[in-house]
Amino acid sequence: MSSGIISKGARQLVDELQRGSLEASEVFETYRKRINEFTKLNAFITSLEYKPNARKEGSIYGLPLAIKDNISTEGIRTTCASLMLKDYMPPYDATAVAKLKAAGVSILGKTNMDEFGMGSSGENSAFGPTRNPWDIERVPGGSSSGSAVAVSARLSPAALGTDTGGSIRAPASFTGTVGFKPSYGYVSRYGLIAYANSLEQIGVIARTVDDVALIFGVIRGKDRFDSTSTDAKPLSNNESKLPSGGHFRGALLPQLSDLVSKDVREAFDSSVAKLDSQGIGFAEEKVEELELALKSYYVVACCEATTNLARYDGVRYGPVADPSRDWKSAISESRTMFGKEVKARIMLGSYMLSSGYYEEYYLKALYIRRNLKLRLLKLSESYDFIYTPTMPVLPWKIGEMIDDPLQVYLSDAFTVIANLTGAPAISIPIALKKGLPVGGQLQGRYGEDDRLLEMAATISGLLKFRGEPSI
Amino acid sequence: MVSLKSKLFCTCPTDYRGKPPNTNICPICTGLPGALPVLNVKAVEEGLKIAVALHAEPSSASYFFRKSYFYPDLPKNFQITQYDKAGGVPLAHDGYYTLKKGKTIRIERIHMEEDPGRIYYEGGRGESRFSLVDYNRSGIALVEIVTSPDFTEPGEAREFLELLQKNLDEIGINVSEYEGSVRCDANISYAGGERVEVKNISGATEVEKALRYESVRQRNMATRGVKIRRETRSWDERRRITISSRSKEVEAEYRYMPEEDLPPVSLNQAIIKNIALNMRGSFEDRYRICTKYGVGEEAAKRLAGDPALYTLFMSIVGASGMDASRVGNVLANEFAFVVKKHNNPSLSGDISSLETIIRAYISDGDRSRFISATYSWISGIPVRAEEYKPKVDIDALIDKTLEKEIKNIGNLEGKRRLDYLMGQILKVSSQLNRKELYIKLQKKLEELG
Repeated sequence: MSSGIISKGARQLVDELQRGSLEASEVFETYRKRINEFTKLNAFITSLEYKPNARKEGSIYGLPLAIKDNISTEGIRTTCASLMLKDYMPPYDATAVAKLKAAGVSILGKTNMDEFGMGSSGENSAFGPTRNPWDIERVPGGSSSGSAVAVSARLSPAALGTDTGGSIRAPASFTGTVGFKPSYGYVSRYGLIAYANSLEQIGVIARTVDDVALIFGVIRGKDRFDSTSTDAKPLSNNESKLPSGGHFRGALLPQLSDLVSKDVREAFDSSVAKLDSQGIGFAEEKVEELELALKSYYVVACCEATTNLARYDGVRYGPVADPSRDWKSAISESRTMFGKEVKARIMLGSYMLSSGYYEEYYLKALYIRRNLKLRLLKLSESYDFIYTPTMPVLPWKIGEMIDDPLQVYLSDAFTVIANLTGAPAISIPIALKKGLPVGGQLQGRYGEDDRLLEMAATISGLLKFRGEPSI
Repeated sequence: MVSLKSKLFCTCPTDYRGKPPNTNICPICTGLPGALPVLNVKAVEEGLKIAVALHAEPSSASYFFRKSYFYPDLPKNFQITQYDKAGGVPLAHDGYYTLKKGKTIRIERIHMEEDPGRIYYEGGRGESRFSLVDYNRSGIALVEIVTSPDFTEPGEAREFLELLQKNLDEIGINVSEYEGSVRCDANISYAGGERVEVKNISGATEVEKALRYESVRQRNMATRGVKIRRETRSWDERRRITISSRSKEVEAEYRYMPEEDLPPVSLNQAIIKNIALNMRGSFEDRYRICTKYGVGEEAAKRLAGDPALYTLFMSIVGASGMDASRVGNVLANEFAFVVKKHNNPSLSGDISSLETIIRAYISDGDRSRFISATYSWISGIPVRAEEYKPKVDIDALIDKTLEKEIKNIGNLEGKRRLDYLMGQILKVSSQLNRKELYIKLQKKLEELG
């Protein structure tokens, strides 16, 4: 019976829970058992016992979900995988969490991640690296590493992640799951512990596009606690239902193809050929503005991070430094608790915001960002979506890239685009190469999240990827 | 701003005084991870009121920035402020204020920011084993008003602050109600020496004292030939001296950047009009606003001198988008005439009806209908909007159309010509009585042959 539960997707579980053929506690316990069984994957920082949700009338009552550990959960420690917050207990729920609870969700636990979301591999965690269920010597991608691994290894039917530069899509690609970053503002960020606030969004990782849409439907919407959140309908009038069979057009970006490894290139090209033969048109588009996108992403992200992470000083929460010393040394000492990557990004950001360098870096990055946005807006007049590999390479071995952070930064080249422009983007599994999953990324028009999900569902249906890690 | 009920970016109350430490707080004003600021729109309105009172020009939008520095009383270790750098976009800029003897003090800029918490040393700064922080005050809205270096006398600075306080009280900002709601940083330079800033002085009298002390100190230094350095000092009220706060004055590195969690708020004309409307300003304020809307001097005086009339003016201008100068003139002349003739009744009728009547009068100039309608309005007789549709002068419209279409109707005859012209006229003014138009047009065409 329990293996039956594990094999069901979120939508199917909800249907059966509503019909009464499954009990909420039964579903939760089945997953809980599996979480305890596969601790070697290090997917969870905190796993929880079953706590019945009283909202029996909730639209997804009884569905257990995993939550990334940078999303605030009242009374459940929320660490951001950092020593700085290792015992931090939020006194309030993030809006997305509150909405899930109101819809009847029980939380399975808080998932491992790169510290404060800074990383693309899942290795930068104070709680140790998360492992890829397809090959446990390899990285699962990050920063929402634990959420993706939980979904991939069937430790949770679906999970919330966050995406600042690809943090949902990268691990989805490396673990053979579906990862969706909504349009900026479509899910409230209230309670999401900020890394780079103008770029990041809460989103969903699940086994299928349909399951992603189910959870997204619950957490989306304007929130009075987040002034950047919106319910706005998209501006374009192209919102009509897609023609059946999927006669829509995708743009390919030849510029960044140098970054793509042979394996990924083969998998991607064959997916394009397959989709093309099924009536989806593709054309290559040269987008000069992409040349500087990754650089501008890292400038903006580090500058925002340096201010967002300034609050961790040990005064109100976090490790308490020796209070008998003067406050300057106490604060400085508290801040040594950050991991190496976090410190590097804080320092880079502080440098780039200081006078004399602000114009050189930060303002230039904003300018590049704006131009990229305008260019892709123009491009979206002729295309329904942009299609790229999600990650240019296959998952690497844990520790392999530790001395080459720039190489790791390069792996974000395709994913950062959607964060810079605010557009929705989704990674879907397209093939296996050398026994490892490869993801394809669809990037849609800003605000047309539903349309993107429809296209992704159609394309998933055409590609017919099937596969599950054997752990 | 104590006139507000809640803090600048959260709903915590502003009456923090006398509460036990850290009881007037929430995740937002203590900068908990994941909390986001939400702008208290009322604060912007209050800030704009101050801008109007200081004759300053509001910006077209309100932007916020992060000013980064580490200090234990600053929960996020950045302060959210409208100040980014000299030349940035404040809430309002380029105002002025006139002292009693007619001297004008220029106002450079007005901007808002959040107040930090308060550090508390048990038993005094030197004695305390700990620095304790109370965040009850954290996040209270502050308005900073920056003047140009126009004061030549410490007494002028005091007078300015006293008048300003009185004025702010008048427009409902209530600065005098609480101790310490007005804080001041005073800059003084003596005979071309470097600028010395005396920070955090509370109240007008203390400002004068501090400036007097500083001017004597700086003059003595100058006579002794000691160079005055640029520095920051603080005012010790008890000992009545200023004390140097920092030995060397370096331009602090605040790493300003936009606060992306707060999208810009557009400050359109309608919002500003509405604020001006709700101000309990002085005659001068009301007069200035009327003339700003283009109302002639005489009419502006009449409107400003009669608060009820002024309120009607602002309501109609704020709501209707009608030509403010014409509305002002109608109210100050024809309307005021009827009101006076009927022994100044209370003007409490429905604004939109009055707006309809004035709109009709402005467009067709029918004075006798306006006077009788106004009489109905002040007597509380319901006004039927459809009766006051602006009248269209059909004859003039026919003449105008004929003049324009004369080339086009050459080939048309009889009924086709008539139909064509009917079409053209109805295109311009579709609600005309067709039968009346048809008869008049027919007659006109017959006349022309």
